[in-house]
This record gives sequence, structure tokens and C-alpha cells, in this order.
Amino acid sequence: MVTPTAGAPPTKAVPLLSVEGIVFRWNRAQQPCIDIAHFEVAAGERVFVHGPSGSGKSTLLGLLGGVLVPQRGTVRALGADLSAMSAAARDRFRVDHIGFIFQQFNLIPYLTVLDNVLLPCRFSARRRARAGSDPRVEALRLLRAVDLTSDLLERQVTQLSVGQQQRAAAARALIGRPEIIIADEPTSSLDANRQDRFLNLLLHECEASNASLLFVSHDHRLASHFTHELALHDVNRAAVSAEATV
Amino acid sequence: MKHLLRLAVASAWNRRATLGLTMVAIALSVTMLLGVERARVAARESFAQSVSGTDLVVGARTSPVQLMLYAVFRLGEATNNVRWSSFETIAANPAVAWAVPLSLGDSHRGFAVLATNGDYFEHFRYGYQRPLRLRAGRFFSGTLDGVFETVLGADVADSLDYTVGTRMTLSHGMGGTGLAEHADKPFTVVGVLERTGTPVDRTVHISLQAMEAIHIDWQGGAPIPGVSIPPEFVRKFDLRPKNITAMLIGLKDRGAVFRVQRSINNMEGEPLLAVLPGVALDQLWQVVGVVERTLLAVSAMIVVVGLAGLVAVVLASLNERRRELAILRSVGAGPRHIASLLVAESVVVTMAGAVLGLVVLALCAGVGGPLIQSRFGITLPVAVGTIGEVQLLGLVFLAGMVAGSIPAWRACRLSLADGLTPKL
Repeated sequence: MVTPTAGAPPTKAVPLLSVEGIVFRWNRAQQPCIDIAHFEVAAGERVFVHGPSGSGKSTLLGLLGGVLVPQRGTVRALGADLSAMSAAARDRFRVDHIGFIFQQFNLIPYLTVLDNVLLPCRFSARRRARAGSDPRVEALRLLRAVDLTSDLLERQVTQLSVGQQQRAAAARALIGRPEIIIADEPTSSLDANRQDRFLNLLLHECEASNASLLFVSHDHRLASHFTHELALHDVNRAAVSAEATV
Repeated sequence: MKHLLRLAVASAWNRRATLGLTMVAIALSVTMLLGVERARVAARESFAQSVSGTDLVVGARTSPVQLMLYAVFRLGEATNNVRWSSFETIAANPAVAWAVPLSLGDSHRGFAVLATNGDYFEHFRYGYQRPLRLRAGRFFSGTLDGVFETVLGADVADSLDYTVGTRMTLSHGMGGTGLAEHADKPFTVVGVLERTGTPVDRTVHISLQAMEAIHIDWQGGAPIPGVSIPPEFVRKFDLRPKNITAMLIGLKDRGAVFRVQRSINNMEGEPLLAVLPGVALDQLWQVVGVVERTLLAVSAMIVVVGLAGLVAVVLASLNERRRELAILRSVGAGPRHIASLLVAESVVVTMAGAVLGLVVLALCAGVGGPLIQSRFGITLPVAVGTIGEVQLLGLVFLAGMVAGSIPAWRACRLSLADGLTPKL
């Protein structure tokens, strides 16, 4: 459960993301790996989702992104019921409103850095429209903002360091100003120094583009950067029961 | 859709080493497929045009295919001869413009010997009404003084290295070794014909009188013991032919062809058969057709093998690409995008292979064409064109799409199961 910051008034009637009684299992025979009664994220919040490995983090992100559909319950994003949409509509919704950053290997190896950043604009007319008259200009601006120098832009992705790759992935998630940024352990392959730098950049850019951030990590030390914290261990009853059976 | 195609091309380029080899395999199989198709069309054409401008071929009664085989293709032997008097009767028919007698049976080192008269060189046509032309020398004179003169087809001259002036002897009978030689009556080459791509190239032409002359001291297929008539004396004998093997007939009016055919078939005195060469050649091609269809089927199979290789390569790469597919899913690619990406990749490789195959084929036809022409008498056209080829290319394209749909289906399943976090 997301605990609202003390004294803050409810900003909006419709939460950005809300989850109601969802149950998800990978296949029928198995125990559910997600069983969450309720939680919601309001617009503009920066939520730190904390959970050790095996607590269902990746699965939850799949559900929130509309890649997976819960067997029971509803996932709402921006007021729309993801579970009720067709698969194609969910794919469109995902790229229109959500930017993803993964733990590693975020970039497609056979595209240049610039083309990688532009990918969401190729799949989404909305992101393209919101990226301004020339998405390339916006991509270059974002890449500068995440400290990637222009001599790297036409390079092969494989020639970049891990940190540079993660920053390019952040630029890709941010292009076209999606409402939600979901970051899945984006700093865990970086050393402590770079972790902080990356996190500050990400938080700064999310604020600049007015996006909510859902940041997943097992590293609790990072929690202080966020306005809200969600301990997956607490809300996911499946994780508890799984642990109990072990 | 355009950006998906660009992605597919970039992705394929990224794995150009393996896909390139696969493309070469497809290219070679396409070269083979189209090469066989071209050779087939060319062979059929040159076959259908082995005789043209002749309205009827006449021989002793047998099957039409058999008659064509020995009279035109010099294959096999006639079971019966045609009497010279029958030839004269038919030639005198008012509907007949010209008649050329053909007498077969002897050979020279495996090449058939055809005895005929000067009219043969005047009236015989092949291809699109092309007459026989000399590459060197002259046609035989047909006079008694020049009785032992011979005109060679291009293949005979080239493979035996004969030129005008070469002296040669004929063997009695066709085929094989150990044939009795007409050694006492040597011939002199007086002319060599230009290449035609027809059985004419493999024929030794002599006059009918010469055919009689070399057999005057023979009986029952062997020299008469104790009798030997030297060549300088043969002119004193009656060298008019008594029998011939077949004849070619040209009509004054082609519309009369069925009437003349019927009258020859019903001729009293001798059982004869007249056939329309076009019809008989078609029947004959039906027999050969099995071979051409088999060849085409084999080369189609080779294309399938090439495409199977493509499927294997793309499938094998899928596991390494699960991360890439998940990234695409995260930026809004649906399973159908993933599927079309994979299909596009296979189609791109197949098309590139087909284009490369066409180039290789054009090179082969350009470089090897003259060799094939001189060896087999088949002209391979360099340019693309026939409907058959376009259809074949279309089929290859479709097969590439079908082949691509196998890894596409697998990729869809993988990306649905993986979601955004492939379990590697």
C-alpha cells in the first residue's frame, strides 16, 4: 500500500495507476505469483517499489505495462481498464503512455544510439507528436540532458559502456513525454558512484517532463530519493505465501 | 510498416555472416531452378523446331513417333524401306511442291549417314524457316563424277576435327564398333554445314547414288565373297536407288495437308505412313516431358532445402534475440509486429537470394552460353522473360514467406511468454 505523504492533499480524483484485487499465475497448475488487493499511484508521484528477487517485481511490471493480463482483478492506467482492452490496444497504450528502462541490455544492438532513442516515436503517433516538430531534435536534446555527447550518437550500441547504455535507455523512455516511466532495476549494473548520478539525472528529467516514476529495486538505500515507497513484500500476498511454503 | 522493414533489414544486416551464407545457398538454388527452367524452354524450342517448313514426313508404316525418331532424329532404325517407285508416285502428286528422299542405315564413327539429293539442302528448314548454310566448301555435286563426296554437320566436323578435303570411310549399319567398313570406297569431305542445334549437326550427308555405289558389291548386309568392284568402276552400274527410308514433302498449298496425308496413307501397292511433323514432335515431347518435369521437381526440392536452411538459421538466432524482442515489445510492438519483423527478414533474405541467383544465372548464360550452345546446341537466353520464370520467382517468394512464418510463430510465442523480462 502506498502511504500518502503526511499532510499532502489528494491531487487528483483519478489515480495514475491503480490495481484492484489482481491475481496472476504463470500457468494454471502453479501457485499465483502476484496476489495484490489494492494499491495506487497518483500523478507526479515518484514511487520506490522495493522487493527482493522472487517477490514478483518483474511480473508486476508486466501487468502494469499491459504485457501480461491478470487472471482476476483489474489494472487501471490513466483511468483506462487495461484488462478490458484488446491485446493490440494494450500494445498501443503501453507505448503511448509508458516508458520502460530495464536492468541491462536496453538497446537494440543493430541500431545506432539515436535510432534506439527514436524507437517509441516509430511505434506511437502520440509519442511522435509530443516529441515536437522534429523527434530527432528532441532525441538529441534528451541525449545531451543525460550527458551523452554527440560523438556517441551514431556509434554502434555495443561500443557504449553499460552506464552510457542505461542513460540512452532513459532518453528513450522519456522521449515524447509519456505519463509514466517504469524503471526495472536500472542502476543495479552500475557502481555506486554512477548509481547516484544516474538516479539524479532520471529524477530530474522525470520532473522536467512531468512524468510519474515507478522505480523498482532491491536496494533499499535508494529509497530516500523517492516521495513514496511500496514494499512489494507487504502488498503481494503471494510472495508471503510462497515464502511460507519454502 | 516501413520502419518495421527497416528494422528487419538492419537486424538481418547485423547477422550478415550467417544470413549471407544462407542467402548464397538460396541464390544457388534459384540459379539452378531458373537454369533448369530456361534450359527446358530452350530445349523444347529447339526440339520443336528440328524440322520446319516440311508439311509431311513419309515412311514405311509404323508409329508416327518411331517415324520421327529415325527420319528426323536419326535414332533407331526403320523396320521397312519405301520403294523408289512410291517416292516417284508421291513426288508426282500435283499437290506436292517438292519431295526429298532420305536414305539411312550407314554410319561414320557413331554419326548417322544420310543419303539424299541436292534438293535436301534447298528445301530443308529448321528453327524459324532457316535454311541450311555452309560454313566451308560446297554442297555435294550429285553428279557421277562427284559420287564419293560428303557434306558434314557441324558436330561431326568439330568433334572429329575434319575439314574440307579430309578423306573418310563409312561403316555399314548404325551404332557400336565392329561394324563392317566400306573401306574400299573412301569419301572426300567437300563441305561443312553451319551449326543448327538440330540433328543435322550430327549427320554425314552423301548422295543417293553414293549409297547405292557403296553397296553394289554387298548382299544381305555383308560384302559378297570374292566380288570387289573398285570405286572407279561403279559409275558403269545403274546407281538409281531402289529403296529409300523416308521422305520429306512440301506442299504447294498447306491446306491440302490432310487430303495428301490420307491419300499417302491409303496408297495402294505399299503400306506407307505420312505424319505432320509438328503433331508427331508434340507426341514425342510428351515422352521427354517426364524428364523435364522431374528435373524441375528436383530443382524445386533444392529451393526447399535452401529455405529449410534459412528457417534453421533464423530459428537458431531467436534465443539470442529474446532480449531484443522484449525491448520491441516495451516500445509498443505487438506480436503481429514481431511476426511481421521475422517474416520480413526471411522475405528480404529470400529476395536477395533470388536476385543474386538471377545475376549468377545471367553470368552463367553470358559466359557459359556459347559453350552450352556449341556443346549441346541449346541457346540459353541471357535475359529474364518467360511467364514460367516469373511464376517460379513468385513461388520462391511465397515459399520464403511461408518459411519465414515458422520462426515468426515461434517468436510470437516466445515474446508472449517472456513479456518484458526474458528468462535467459
